[in-house]
Amino acid sequence: MSGFSLLEFIQQIINGLTLGSIYALIAIGYTMVYGIIGMINFAHGEIYMIGAYVGLLVITALGLFGVGNISAILLVTLAISILVTGSYGWTVERLAYRPLRGSPRLVPLISAIGVSIFLQNYVQLGQGARDVSMQPVLTGGWRFGPADGFQVYLSYMQVLIAVVTVAFMTGLTLFIARSRMGRACRACSEDRAMANLLGIDTDRVIALTFVLGATLAAVAGVLVSMYYGLVNPFIGFIAGLKAFTAAVLGGIGSIPGAMLGGVVLGLAESFASAYLQTEYKDVVAFALLILVLLVRPTGLLGRPDVEKV
Amino acid sequence: MMLKLENVHTFYGQIEALKGVSLDVHPGEIVTLIGANGAGKSTLLMTICGSPHASKGAVLFEGQDITRKPTHVIMQCGLALVPEGRRIFPGLTVQENLQMGGFFADKARLDTDLERVFALFPRLKERRNQRGGTLSGGEQQMLAIGRGLMSRPNLLLLDEPSLGLAPIIIAQIFQILKEIREEGVTIFLVEQNAHRALQLADRGYVLENGRIVLADTGANLLANDQVRKAYLGG
Repeated sequence: MSGFSLLEFIQQIINGLTLGSIYALIAIGYTMVYGIIGMINFAHGEIYMIGAYVGLLVITALGLFGVGNISAILLVTLAISILVTGSYGWTVERLAYRPLRGSPRLVPLISAIGVSIFLQNYVQLGQGARDVSMQPVLTGGWRFGPADGFQVYLSYMQVLIAVVTVAFMTGLTLFIARSRMGRACRACSEDRAMANLLGIDTDRVIALTFVLGATLAAVAGVLVSMYYGLVNPFIGFIAGLKAFTAAVLGGIGSIPGAMLGGVVLGLAESFASAYLQTEYKDVVAFALLILVLLVRPTGLLGRPDVEKV
Repeated sequence: MMLKLENVHTFYGQIEALKGVSLDVHPGEIVTLIGANGAGKSTLLMTICGSPHASKGAVLFEGQDITRKPTHVIMQCGLALVPEGRRIFPGLTVQENLQMGGFFADKARLDTDLERVFALFPRLKERRNQRGGTLSGGEQQMLAIGRGLMSRPNLLLLDEPSLGLAPIIIAQIFQILKEIREEGVTIFLVEQNAHRALQLADRGYVLENGRIVLADTGANLLANDQVRKAYLGG
């Protein structure tokens, strides 16, 4: 470690934002589902893993067909991964959670853990337990700084991650704030029984939140497989745990909270790796969670539950 | 017949809250249901909405059997509920709350209906962009009624709209119920404020321990000794 230089600091911010974008995208799925049915969907990490697999397989297939245009690759891969992963999200809700609606809270939680184990093993059987890798599709980047000293490196891929993340989050935010179904999502998360009494099929709204969460997880999965060029059936576990932490950190149930929580967690990990040791990044991440919960039990942007009459 | 209950039984867990209730509401009427706390008034309204469903008997709305239908299907048949405690969406704006009430309307109809509700409750128009949770109790009640009207119901079910409100606000709310009826909406009103409810209603039912014990015109019930003793403070 060579002291604190400004350039190193900037580098850590870049790395932290990249990581944080991925966490935030996954965290939104946790927070939306929690907001509407008060359940932690522990299978969400595996949904992300499936998104990453589909991403990697599609990119590899496109490579075989000789598709080299990066925007074409990105669009096709995102579209297919969202479609497939969204279907998984919908199916999981339909088969594993909907039949348990109205049962005690612990029951769907156990079901979620079951789905998580099932999906891990299912992918393992289909794709093998080993790492699957591919050639990176987007390489290179910009370097800034003195020729003889520390140089900040900003890869094209990092910029792509930031741009795609911001685009999808803006889309989601507008959908939730402005559209008719987005309004129904908000109403359901405030008082689902009342929404039902207004004629709204709340099961459909719940299914929609699972599909939206899976969509963003698919985006995260595609970006990660492009970034690292590597997936295995177990990446969902730790990524899911981190994203869940991000969601709680930001205030579970709050979509802006999940975004903020993801970014804060990414930055914390990045700085911990740089200024302490890489091994300490998880310690710092979870210590941060404990600290925030001690000071603000509802998370950074969470609101305390409104007392229902 | 607008609404007909035939020998309806409803259980809440092990407790039989309704023990064979039959009643009718005719088109254009204001019918009230009065009774003490815990008599089963709210249960009766919620049973009409299918939440919970009746365990025995039948609920007919405009001749159609809705007893076993899921709540969201029933609520699209042309009836609307203004629930106990108002239950507006506190984080949604006034306008968004109303839009939720008119969820199945197209854009043009939604705009027309918004203006209609705003004409009925000018206060809501002033506060259309304010969050529902920031309104006063009376304004929230107006919002809950407005939200109910947004689906253009033929039958409006109201559960204790006067609860916890100042007398002057209650008078306003009851005045508006009259206006709503004049627009052709049938009203079924559950109230503890028996005096006001019976004054307003064409007919009334008295519910005790899950059973209808009296049924008559509003005026007759107001004059009835039993009712006076039990519900009107002698």
